[in-house]
Amino acid sequence: MKREIWKGSEAIAEAAIRAGCRCFFGYPITPQNEIPEYMSLHMPQSGGVFVQAESELAAVNMVYGAAASGVRAMTSSSSPGVSLKQEGISYMAACQLPAVIVNVMRGGPGLGSIQPAQGDYFQATRGGGNGDYRTVTLAPANIQEAADLTQEAFDIADQYRNPVVVLADGLIGQMMEPIVWKERTPRKLPEKTWAACGRGDRDHSNFITSLLIDAPACEAHNLELAKKYAEMEKNECRWEEILLEDAEVVIVAYGTPSRVAQTAAENLRKKGVKAGVFRPVTVWPYPYARLREIACRESVKVFLDVEMSLGQMLDDVNLAVGERKPVRFYGRCGGAIPHVSEVERAAEEAWKEAK
Amino acid sequence: MTTIYKRTKGLQDTELHYCPGCSHGIVHKLIGEVLEEMDALGTAIGICPVGCAVFAGNYFAFDTIEAAHGRAPAVATAVKRTHPAQPVFTYQGDGDLASIGAAEIVHAAMRGEKFTTIFINNAIYGMTGGQMAPTTLIGQKATTAPLGRTREQAGMPIRVAEMLSTLDGCVYAERVCVTGIPHLNKAKRALKKAFQRQMAGDGFTFVEVLAACPTNWGMEIGEANQWLMENMAAYYPLGVIKDTEAT
Repeated sequence: MKREIWKGSEAIAEAAIRAGCRCFFGYPITPQNEIPEYMSLHMPQSGGVFVQAESELAAVNMVYGAAASGVRAMTSSSSPGVSLKQEGISYMAACQLPAVIVNVMRGGPGLGSIQPAQGDYFQATRGGGNGDYRTVTLAPANIQEAADLTQEAFDIADQYRNPVVVLADGLIGQMMEPIVWKERTPRKLPEKTWAACGRGDRDHSNFITSLLIDAPACEAHNLELAKKYAEMEKNECRWEEILLEDAEVVIVAYGTPSRVAQTAAENLRKKGVKAGVFRPVTVWPYPYARLREIACRESVKVFLDVEMSLGQMLDDVNLAVGERKPVRFYGRCGGAIPHVSEVERAAEEAWKEAK
Repeated sequence: MTTIYKRTKGLQDTELHYCPGCSHGIVHKLIGEVLEEMDALGTAIGICPVGCAVFAGNYFAFDTIEAAHGRAPAVATAVKRTHPAQPVFTYQGDGDLASIGAAEIVHAAMRGEKFTTIFINNAIYGMTGGQMAPTTLIGQKATTAPLGRTREQAGMPIRVAEMLSTLDGCVYAERVCVTGIPHLNKAKRALKKAFQRQMAGDGFTFVEVLAACPTNWGMEIGEANQWLMENMAAYYPLGVIKDTEAT
């Protein structure tokens, strides 16, 4: 297969079109402008719809409209913009509408910075908007994975009738890498008989709504949704293990920091420190069970959680590891990227301390 | 025997939840009749608001989507652009359209989105219990303006049809009411024209309906209709505000 050089944001946009996304609605924000820019040219050329919305709120509600009428749709933004999109994501989860939301994370809180960060982890993995809901959240660590996961995100969304978040950091959005466009095997997906696309010959009209004004009906609806989230937890959890077989110090990291962590682990091994990396690919559902198994290994002495935020995924690492082994943390934030030497030092110190 | 009146197939055979004297039910019926006459019940897609008409999808007999508060024009934008051959409309109240959804309606009209907006202006928040709306008249009492709206505190009420008419993308805007049969017939003609021009692909079309809310105005039905004609129609003039087809 032919290798091509692609910028992360453009690869995400192209992947969406290849996955059958028929419309894109966005609003400019750095560092993801290449996605709407690419879409503005290529989506209409592929017969789809592109609208530059008046705001992130409008954009996500356009996605809601397209999804409600049975059409594959996507929006993208970066951290402050994704905060505005939480309204639409909550409504889509409530109405069981499939769509893909891409967050190319930058420094926060507030306007923050425009450099890569991971400070939206809590928002992405805990629902983010109002109410009890979850979204499958895919966290690519390279451009190939960004392209692959974006395509699969549409299938996951359609399979469960739920919004799916692609959680990339600014480095994944801005970096260029060689990738190949793989042949995909699409999932078997249910017909969208629920869509409000015109009644046609149906004997009933479809009404897409999230209002269940009586408490028993609203609770029953929530419990139905919860069953779906349990299915996602069972089926969609994925991760990567790097140099983990005999590791004594396990670095847990996702996205860009996982690449830094891998280089740090390789360097540490040259010094005789048995280091490895556990990389969640889905940050919701989180691979708790596998991480717990690793924590039970006698060879494993200590964990080091590395993030481009101040200890958000740390909660999940602690939930998985518990009291089995010590968990240490190293993070940079606000757009700063951890250097290999910093991660190496933190991992070596944790390892020495635990020895 | 000749049938002189029958229920429209555009509405489901069910009881409405609206208060006595409320205009929503009448406007629902007119929309149902217009879409039935246009043979569009199998293709129409309606976007419902947040507010008293939040349950409209339980009454219309065609497909509907409930939007978040104020976002119906954004939702309709996507629905119409992905289903360009089908009639699409938003049905919105004054809080939904003129307050929280002001950006969405202005930009949909600016883009000349080819759907129809039916704007129910009753100068008050109905569903939440009578708070001040952007269209509440000066001196009119509301639960958040207990002494009556003042210009100093809340500014002057907004004339949405006139504002949207300044945008080139808006090709037709008319203000109507449903107080009595002559007005009701005019309202139906306006709705039909809006849908016909939408289907002709002309641009954004808008029908504002001055509506009564006896419950939250604290009035009897007859008194409310009289108040509407004397006060609302004086500030919000009835008639065609913009028609790019008119000579």
